[in-house]
Amino acid sequence: MAMQPATAGRKARWALLDIVVVVYALVPVLWIASLSLKTKDTVADGNFVPREWTLQNYRDIFATTEFIRPLFNSIGIALIATFIAVVLGMMAAYAIARLDFPGKKLLVGVSLLIAMFPQISLVTPLFNIERELGLFDTWPGLILPYITFALPLAIYTLSSFFREIPWELEKAAKMDGATPAQAFRRVIAPLAAPGVFTTAILVFILCWNDFLFAISLTSTEASRTVPAALSFFTGTSQFDDPTGTISAAAVVITIPIILFVLFFQRRIVAGLTSGAVKG
Amino acid sequence: MAEIVLDKVTKRYPDGARAVSEMNIEIADGEFIILVGPSGCGKSTALNMIAGLEDISGGELRIDGERANEKSPKDRDIAMVFQSYALYPHMSVRENMAFPLRLAKVDGATVDEKVEEAARILDLTQHLDRRPANLSGGQRQRVAMGRAIVRSPKAFLMDEPLSNLDAKLRGQMRTSVSKLQKQLGTTTVYVTHDQTEAMTLGDRVVVLRGGHVQQIGSPQFLYDQPANLFVAGFIGSPSMNFVPAALEDGSLKSPLGTVPLTDRVRSLVEAAGGPREVIAGIRPEHFEDVSLVDDKHRESGATFRSTVDVLESMGAEKYAYFSLEEQAAVNEELAELAADAGSADVPGSGSTIVTRLDAASAAAEGGALEVWFDPDRLQLFDPKSGRNLTFDG
Ligand SMILES: Nc1ncnc2c1ncn2[C@@H]1O[C@H](COP(=O)(O)OP(=O)(O)O)[C@@H](O)[C@H]1O
Ligand SMILES: [Mg+2]
Repeated sequence: MAMQPATAGRKARWALLDIVVVVYALVPVLWIASLSLKTKDTVADGNFVPREWTLQNYRDIFATTEFIRPLFNSIGIALIATFIAVVLGMMAAYAIARLDFPGKKLLVGVSLLIAMFPQISLVTPLFNIERELGLFDTWPGLILPYITFALPLAIYTLSSFFREIPWELEKAAKMDGATPAQAFRRVIAPLAAPGVFTTAILVFILCWNDFLFAISLTSTEASRTVPAALSFFTGTSQFDDPTGTISAAAVVITIPIILFVLFFQRRIVAGLTSGAVKG
Repeated sequence: MAEIVLDKVTKRYPDGARAVSEMNIEIADGEFIILVGPSGCGKSTALNMIAGLEDISGGELRIDGERANEKSPKDRDIAMVFQSYALYPHMSVRENMAFPLRLAKVDGATVDEKVEEAARILDLTQHLDRRPANLSGGQRQRVAMGRAIVRSPKAFLMDEPLSNLDAKLRGQMRTSVSKLQKQLGTTTVYVTHDQTEAMTLGDRVVVLRGGHVQQIGSPQFLYDQPANLFVAGFIGSPSMNFVPAALEDGSLKSPLGTVPLTDRVRSLVEAAGGPREVIAGIRPEHFEDVSLVDDKHRESGATFRSTVDVLESMGAEKYAYFSLEEQAAVNEELAELAADAGSADVPGSGSTIVTRLDAASAAAEGGALEVWFDPDRLQLFDPKSGRNLTFDG
C-alpha cells in the first residue's frame, strides 16, 4: 500500500514529538525525586543520578510534626473544599445545562469573572476579614476561598459534561415508570459520574496546589497546608541546607494527586454515553 | 388497553408559543391512530401531553374515561418509543428491556420470562447481552420497541420511531410495527411527518397544521375527500397538482383548458357557495395518455396538450412532468407545504404538473403529448380559506 510508509513516517514523527513533550515535562519532577534521594553531601553535586542513595530525607520529614500535620491539613482541606465545590457546581451546572431562567448568561459571566479575578488582590482584604471573623488560621478560613475559586472551574467543566447527557433518557425513564428520584439515581447519575469525577480531580488539584492563600491566611500548624509548610522547612540547624527534605516533601505531596487520579480514572470511561441516541 | 380522549387540549409554552390549539381527538380502544403534519406543527407536543411529559395548558385529557391531566407519566401506564430511541447506554439490551419491569417491582423470574418473550418477538434473542452502542440502528429501534412492549401497557406512543432508519429498513420496520400492533391490539398513537407512513399504518389519520387539527379520517377518506388545500397537498405522493382556475357559466377555465363541470362537481360547488376564482386540484394518477384511453372515456373527459419536460420511467408506470407558463396557484397553505417539502427553493417547481401515465405510453422527453383527464376528479378549493368546495363527506 502506498500509504503505508507515509503513515509509518508520521507515526514516528508523532512518537518523537510525544517523547520530547514528556521528557520536557518530567525532567523537573525527576530532578526533584533525584534530589530527595541524595545524601546531604552530594545534594549540590549537579548529578542527575544520585551517586549515593539514601532515604534519610523521607525519614526526617516523617519524624517531625512539621510535615505530618500540614499533610493532614492539606488532605482534609482539599477534600472538603472539593466535595462542597463539586456539589454546588453540580447544582449550578444542572441549572445552566437544563433550564432556561432569567439571568443565566449573567451567572455564567460572573463565574467567569471570578475565575479571572487576580487572587493576589484579594489576599489583604481576606486577611483582614478573616482576622475580624476569627477564621484566620482555621480550616474554614482556607476552605471558603478555595470553594470560591474552584466553583467557576467546577461549573464550567460540569456544565459542558451535563450538556452532553441525552436528557431524553430522563423522559424515557419517567415513561418506564420511574419517579424523578429513580430516574436520577438509575439513569442520569451513572451517566453524569464521569463528568463529576473529572471535575473532582481538577478541583482537588487546584486546592491541593494552592500556595498563595495557604501562606497568607495561616500562621500555625493548625491549618497550614504542605505547600506553605515547605517554605518553613529548615534543617536541623540554621545553617543546615533543607534542599533534601524539601524535595522529599515535594515528592510526597504529589503522591495523593496521583492516587486520586488513578482511583477515579477507572470511572472516567470515555464514550459511555454513545449508543443512547441514534448514532 | 385504553381509550384516549383529547377534549379541547391546548398547549401554550412559557414563551407564549401556542403549539397545540383546542385539539379534539377520540381514540378508541385498540385503535392505531397517526398524527401527521409538517415539522413544527405540534405533533410531538401533543404526544408528550398524552404521555405526561408536558403539562396541559387547557382542555382535558381522559384515559379510560378518567381525567389524566394531573397524573404523572408513571401513573398513566403508557409506554413511549422515542425518535432517538433513548436507550440507556450503561445497560445491556436485557437490562434496558427489563428496566420498566424492575421499576414495577416484578419478580425476577417473571422479568426474565417477559424479556425473553419480547426478545423472541423482536428477533433480539442473540443480542440480549450487548450494549446499545454495539447495535445497528435497526436493532436499537427494536430494543426501544421491546422496552415498550414488555410491560403490556395501556397504550403505546411513538414519536417518529422510524425516521432515523434508512429507506429500506424503514419499509421493513413499517410492516413489522403494523403487524406487532395488530398482534398486541394495544391502542397506539404514532407521530410522523411522512405521509407514506401515515397512509400505510393507521386505522385513522389526524392531519395537523400549526397546532390545529385539519381533518381526521381513514387514510383513504383523507385521500379522496381532503377537507382543505393543506390536507389535499399533504396526503399523496407525488402530491396533488394545483392550478389557478375560474368558474364561468358552468365550466372551469384553467391552464389545462376550459372544461365543463360535471353535474356532481357543479352541485357540490353550488352548495358550498365559494368564490368564482378558485384553485383546482387533480391527482397525478387521474391523468392518462390520450392514446391509451378508450373512446367512450375520451368523450366524457377533457384533454390538454403540452411538451413533456421530464419523463421518469418507473417500469410499472411513467411520470411525465409538464411546466405551465401561467402563474402557479398562490395560497398560504400551499406555500407552507412547499416550504416543508423544501421545494420552495427549487425554481419553477410551483407551476409544474405531474402526471402518472401507463407504462405503455409513448411519451418522450421534449416531445408534445396530449393528456386526458376526468373532470369529475377535479377538486376545487377556495384560495382564501383553503376550504374544499367539492368536499362530499
Ligand atoms: N419547549 C418549548 N418551548 C417553546 N416552544 C416550543 C417548545 N417545544 C416546541 N416548541 C414549539 O412548538 C411547536 C411545535 O413543536 P413540536 O411539537 O416539537 O413539533 P413537531 O413534533 O410537530 O415537529 C414548534 O413551533 C416549536 O417551536
Ligand atoms: Mg417532533
